[in-house]
Amino acid sequence: MTIRTEPMTVNVGPQHPSTHGVFRVRITFDGEDIVEVEPVFGYLHRGTEKLAEERNYVQVVTLTDRLDYTSSMINNQAYCLAVEKLLGVEPPPRARYLRTLTAELQRIASHLIAVGFFVQELGAFGTPLMYGFRSRERILELFEMLCGARITVSYMRPGGVFADAPRDFWPALNRFLEDFEDEFAEMEQLLLENEILMIRTRGVSPIPPEVAINNSVSGPVLRASGVNWDWRKQEPYDAYDQVEFDVPIGSNWDNYDRFWVRIQEVHQSIRIIKQCIAQIEPGPVRLDLPLVLRPEAGREAYGRVEASKGELGFYLVSDGGISPYRCKIRSPSLINLTVIEHLLVGWKLADMIVSLGSIDINMGEVDR
Amino acid sequence: MYGLAMVKGLMVTLKNLTRKPFTIQYPEERAKQHPRFRGEEFVWYEERCTGCASCAKYCPLGIIKIETSPSGSMIPQGEKYRLEVFDIELQRCMFCGLCVEACPYDALFMGSGFEQGQYSRKNMVITIDQLRNAEKHPSTWFRPQLEGYEGGTDSFRRTPTIAQGESRFSYDPRGGPPLGWREVGRESWRWHQSEKAGMRLEQDEAVPDTGSDEPPQSGRGSDAAAD
Amino acid sequence: MSCQLASDSILYANGIYRLVYEIVGVVLPCWVAYAIAGLVFAFILVNAVLLGAAVITWGERRVLGRFQNRVGPNRWGPFGLFQPVADLVKLLTKEDLRPEGSDRVVFSLVPVLMVAPLILMTAVVPFARNTALASLNVGVLFILAVSSITSVAIFMAGWSSNNRYAMFGAARAVAVLISYEIPVVLSLLGVVMVAASMSLGTIVEAQALPFFLVQPLAFLVFMAGMSAELNRSPFDVAEAESEIIAGYHTEYSGVRFALIQAAEFGGVGVVAAIAATLFLGGWSGPWSEYLGWLWFLIKTGIIVFLFIWFRATYPRLRIDQIMAFSWKFLLPLAMVNLVVVTLEVFLLRGDDGVLTHTDLAIMAAINLAVTVIAIAVFGNLIKDRVTFRTRQPQQVVVPGVSTIEVS
Repeated sequence: MTIRTEPMTVNVGPQHPSTHGVFRVRITFDGEDIVEVEPVFGYLHRGTEKLAEERNYVQVVTLTDRLDYTSSMINNQAYCLAVEKLLGVEPPPRARYLRTLTAELQRIASHLIAVGFFVQELGAFGTPLMYGFRSRERILELFEMLCGARITVSYMRPGGVFADAPRDFWPALNRFLEDFEDEFAEMEQLLLENEILMIRTRGVSPIPPEVAINNSVSGPVLRASGVNWDWRKQEPYDAYDQVEFDVPIGSNWDNYDRFWVRIQEVHQSIRIIKQCIAQIEPGPVRLDLPLVLRPEAGREAYGRVEASKGELGFYLVSDGGISPYRCKIRSPSLINLTVIEHLLVGWKLADMIVSLGSIDINMGEVDR
Repeated sequence: MYGLAMVKGLMVTLKNLTRKPFTIQYPEERAKQHPRFRGEEFVWYEERCTGCASCAKYCPLGIIKIETSPSGSMIPQGEKYRLEVFDIELQRCMFCGLCVEACPYDALFMGSGFEQGQYSRKNMVITIDQLRNAEKHPSTWFRPQLEGYEGGTDSFRRTPTIAQGESRFSYDPRGGPPLGWREVGRESWRWHQSEKAGMRLEQDEAVPDTGSDEPPQSGRGSDAAAD
Repeated sequence: MSCQLASDSILYANGIYRLVYEIVGVVLPCWVAYAIAGLVFAFILVNAVLLGAAVITWGERRVLGRFQNRVGPNRWGPFGLFQPVADLVKLLTKEDLRPEGSDRVVFSLVPVLMVAPLILMTAVVPFARNTALASLNVGVLFILAVSSITSVAIFMAGWSSNNRYAMFGAARAVAVLISYEIPVVLSLLGVVMVAASMSLGTIVEAQALPFFLVQPLAFLVFMAGMSAELNRSPFDVAEAESEIIAGYHTEYSGVRFALIQAAEFGGVGVVAAIAATLFLGGWSGPWSEYLGWLWFLIKTGIIVFLFIWFRATYPRLRIDQIMAFSWKFLLPLAMVNLVVVTLEVFLLRGDDGVLTHTDLAIMAAINLAVTVIAIAVFGNLIKDRVTFRTRQPQQVVVPGVSTIEVS
């Protein structure tokens, strides 16, 4: 006897506890299995690209803070690299190291959130999340010491960073690194081999490398799909050509690998930070640029970084004025969402939430 | 395997049960506030302000409103305008601090408070009178000359090197005494140090591991005038 | 005239009931005394369950907070002890919403149906010597029967809410509850067999050695099964807040929500009390004549702490994995336990039909070994879901970029 079932359409989001803000997916279920997915976004659209066209080049830095609010430093860095390319200038070495260092700190903070929410969506009642926040709090404190704000940092400027680190910063950073090793080891012990986490994520929603590449996926999601691709290695910017680090690569392409790659990247970030501390030398931290920048008319530049979620790029066109003629943001979260159908269809409702968590979208960046 | 990792996980949570909470009970306790913290209430020194409105022009949101009239004073130095309106719409402010960065005469500072909640939107505008009368606790954001400040009047010294593992803020904007206009500015400091305008000051030597803590030199009129 | 309770009454063993009955019976007719004594004891039970639920909500939030390096609620009263009162006041003053298109009667009936079985279950649990309201000789059976009402209530909630998330939650809850009933029943059979009685009072007295030592396998299966029946982590699919908002009670608000919450946390308390009675020796302990209630509370507290601890540590399983866990892991374990215990009881019991302390110790030793072996064997059988698959490295060529190494 066959039982006739009827498909059921559910709007998951925009008010849903675990769609990472205001993401909405219209899903057709057959029982608990997903048969059709239609993502709907734009609930957090703030028009960043258009706003950038009527602000001068330094003011746009404050807008980039609000793109992906879990990795503001990296957004600043991407934008400043684009402007520097537009102007044809190079920041001084100390500024490059400071940028690398803060970007890696931010990557740790962002990955801690990603891992924490990933496990939260698996149903662990906030415990790994709180352990992640415990360490992230220390990083944000370092940022406050550095630039007076915790989330919306606005630390970097075209041509360097706005100011050198205060003297208290270096001992505080060392103490953080010491404590963080223990705290992170604890988190790994709690999560990395947990059987429940394994059976929930192993083999679930794999993205084969062909699909990932065809969809322009980048960042940890691409690397978890087994593709060795990291802009820090492929096209080193700032001080990344001066430091050594490995690129973790997944072999099963599934949710667990995306989680595992993030955990390993945190280790690599610590390695980079330690090398930066060893290599950094005194010197100026900002180029002697005017406050109001006027790049030559007709120039265009694309600056990209390996952000915590993937390739973040700013494409700027100058018409000789004080503000960019066009500012296009290639946000990794939005592009990574293009695999959503491949990721979700055929899996269960519970896996859908986890898979969404595993690509680590951030609505501030998806909707811009 | 066989639930051993799950038992390990149980041990981790049990270990954390015995730990002290890392959260802070806010109204009773407060987190350590760093001197560069970009606080809500702005600190403005009328004596230093020329009314050039650089801050208003540089604000990404255009929330600073300045109206001036000619004062007829300080003609040789370039005329200083009389400020009539200096409104900062706090409810739209995003505390990026670019106005402070733009000020050529070190007249505007970020504040150090964060408890400016109000019940009405119209109370969220800082007027010129409030700016004049407020107790002035400037943040060191973009004002590195304050980072060497150790309290007391007119005693600006560079911070001594800090021992490993110990963190100390030499300048505490919240707890320290309010600062007057003579104590905060780069020009004022140099002028007082030399007691005479026009005397050149030696640069402090940079501490090797932290580098120079001079502000980023961005080719502005103020630096040229000060030096 | 005075009333005397017949010694064959199921209420006879209850000291408090008998005392009230006889005192009231001095001045009033016997049937009035019968009713009054019953009401007095019902009053105690209802308040015990609801107060217990309040204390457990507070305790759970505090302990979870400390597990997560937070503080937890600490504003109302000493250590935040009045937090449940504040929550209750908030929920009572909230608007009582009923979604459009919902089934009015069924929707309103659910909170009552959620709380009622808990209170009924407490009726047979002895808090101390001779204090169970009714020392039913089929106590275990009664508990199992009454606890099944919850699954009906949950399905009613999901059905009547006219909400798809609620429907998901209800469907999941019913599936889980029905499949976990079986291992739980089988695990309890072992206990009943060793104690040779279904009465909870007799089971407590039979525990010369606590049964969680005698039958570790049964204790494990019972705890896992009860976690699932209570919708506790790691089996809390029915109200998985990250997936289906709040599951079957998504649409409930105000006082109805308060009752459902009370039922959930009260359920934790009641199940902990039952587990403490069946496996930890209930009220027995040093000076149990006077301090029986204290031992009972301590043991219940330990079980509640275990529930909270699991909740703080583990992620949630998926619905199909939960079913597989029940049918492929817990059920065989319960069967193994049942067979082993049957053989042991058959071989060890003397002519008088009583298991001595030595017998229990021998059983404990054998069963511990059986537990380890059984978990290893059945864990090995379901292992393939956890193992790693490896793929052969391959090359992927991206046109226009470069050759990308794919491992």
